Amino acid sequence: MNTNLPNLETFRDEIRLMTLKELHQLGFGHYGGSLSIVEVLAVLYGEVMKVNPRNPKWEERDYFILSKGHGGPALYATLSLKGFFPEEILYTLNQNGTTLPSHPDRNLTPGVDMTTGSLGQGISAAVGVALSHKLSDKGNYTFSLVGDGELNEGQCWEAFQFASHHKLNQLFVFVDDNKKQLDGLTKDIIDPLDFEEKFKAFGFYTIKVDGSSLKQIYEAIEKGKAQNDKPVAIILDTVKGQGVPYLEEKENNHHIRPNQEDETAILAAITQLENKLGKAVT
Amino acid sequence: MIQTPQSYEFDKIEMRQVYANTILELAKNNSNVIALEADLMSAISTNKINGQIPKQLINCGIMEANMVGVAAGLALTGKIPFLHTFAQFATRRAFDQLFVSGAYAKLNLKILGSDSGVTAEHNGGTHMAFEDLGLVRLIPNSHVFEVSDGTMLGYMLRKVEKEYGIHYIRTIRKNAVKLYDENEVFETGKGKVLREGGDVSLIASGIMVAESLKAADLLHKMGIDATVIDMYSIKPIDIDLIVKYASKTKAVVTAENHNIIGGLGSAVAEVLSEHCPTRMRRVGVKEQFGQVGKADYLKEFYNLTVKDIIDAVKELKIK
Ligand SMILES: Cc1ncc(C[n+]2csc(CCOP(=O)(O)OP(=O)(O)O)c2C)c(N)n1
Ligand SMILES: [Mg+2]
Repeated sequence: MNTNLPNLETFRDEIRLMTLKELHQLGFGHYGGSLSIVEVLAVLYGEVMKVNPRNPKWEERDYFILSKGHGGPALYATLSLKGFFPEEILYTLNQNGTTLPSHPDRNLTPGVDMTTGSLGQGISAAVGVALSHKLSDKGNYTFSLVGDGELNEGQCWEAFQFASHHKLNQLFVFVDDNKKQLDGLTKDIIDPLDFEEKFKAFGFYTIKVDGSSLKQIYEAIEKGKAQNDKPVAIILDTVKGQGVPYLEEKENNHHIRPNQEDETAILAAITQLENKLGKAVT
Repeated sequence: MIQTPQSYEFDKIEMRQVYANTILELAKNNSNVIALEADLMSAISTNKINGQIPKQLINCGIMEANMVGVAAGLALTGKIPFLHTFAQFATRRAFDQLFVSGAYAKLNLKILGSDSGVTAEHNGGTHMAFEDLGLVRLIPNSHVFEVSDGTMLGYMLRKVEKEYGIHYIRTIRKNAVKLYDENEVFETGKGKVLREGGDVSLIASGIMVAESLKAADLLHKMGIDATVIDMYSIKPIDIDLIVKYASKTKAVVTAENHNIIGGLGSAVAEVLSEHCPTRMRRVGVKEQFGQVGKADYLKEFYNLTVKDIIDAVKELKIK
């Protein structure tokens, strides 16, 4: 891990930059929940997952299902940087006739493994993929990402019971625990109590990490892979709007249609990342 | 009889503001009124009334199926639950709960399904309901309305509070074209004739009412006089009115921001084929899922424009 950390940091910054640029180009969108998944995407696609951008449907690949589908822009930035499709496509995000809709669509975008956006449904499909690989004695991993608000949905907990009962140890569930859902703080709407305790009670091998730490996320995945009788839950302690301090502090940062002040801050964040990456290249 | 063309201006108040204001009024007047939300309060503006009726406005979180079940329990004990979420979550997502815990148990639920059809715009296919009217229409004894402006939405909300049963109201969230003044009355099972013409009857609901009025203006210039009916009450539907105008005009075109299967077009076709077989065309979504895009783009994509209505009329009129 240590040798690759600088590369991963660059990849993370690039994903964050491209996510901001595509959302900024569109003029509105799910900034908060896209930014809080940048680090986990960087670790997965930069280091962990077996994928083939020239053959997105490669059978030996690891699967990724973004159950919190509204984080699509960050996934698209990642897939584009990996070479699944050209950068220009990013700037068609969510526009008339696009192949990058607000919520991922497996029939439109190379590299998108499942159609999501109706919260709670993607995680069941991820469980199904993991089950299928297990039944076929195949080694593919399935990585899935749910929102902390999304975990309100009962279907998620149905999926977890099933995964645990069937000992789907090649299934990883990441929880983007960014403390907020659409209308505000999760603790004010439906108090999540303790996710770690809940996942343990549901029979998961559970680890909680700092969701902004590439190293911690990577090491948690390694630990998860080392055990072989339980599905793995990795609780990512994140901040909605992660990595852009102004957006982290903005109260209503789920879906943003930038006002003048937001606009200035977003442009500044873009410039800052561009400068940083410019330095990294030379 | 031809009325002077209207200006088709958008109402100054958004539909969601009407919903929030009316819920506040109903809740203040009746402590049994309980509004339930599923993490979409800020989308329908009830976040603005949140502090004022703390015991009567509950955010259930992202749990649509549970919300319908909880509403059934509230209704069981005499409360009058008003539930809101986007139309597809209110129907597709929680259909069995609505069917069994709501309707089959004969309980009293008021449901607002918002962001109807193409007005879901940038949320795309997962969020775009073209099926909700059909789904709720299938439930025995359900009442199904699609409102076309803010006056009507406010009226219907006040009306269904006093009636027992499953009442589903479909709406857009933003500004609708203003069609009615504040004193208008809307009965269940009635349509509103907005314009009279002897050559064809345009029967529409929701955003397609204004489109039909615009189509009627253009048709008039082509020498075709159209009747325009706002059929906001899709179930029960106004059989007498449909039969009356079908007999008179001998041609019917329906227009809806919904799949042509299951919604207004189906309901009108059922009436006509049993009571007054008449040549008709259905303008609406045909065998398609939703997608992202601006409403105007989507209207064109799904053939929901003024031109599509006119083309359908021409097709019928060329004998
Ligand atoms: C079934 C369903 N209900 C409602 C919505 C509308 N919606 C989109 S995002 C969201 C909040 C999600 O919160 P969370 O999972 O915490 O996501 P994040 O904080 O990462 O953005 C809601 C209610 C939806 N997409 N699907
Ligand atoms: Mg969240």
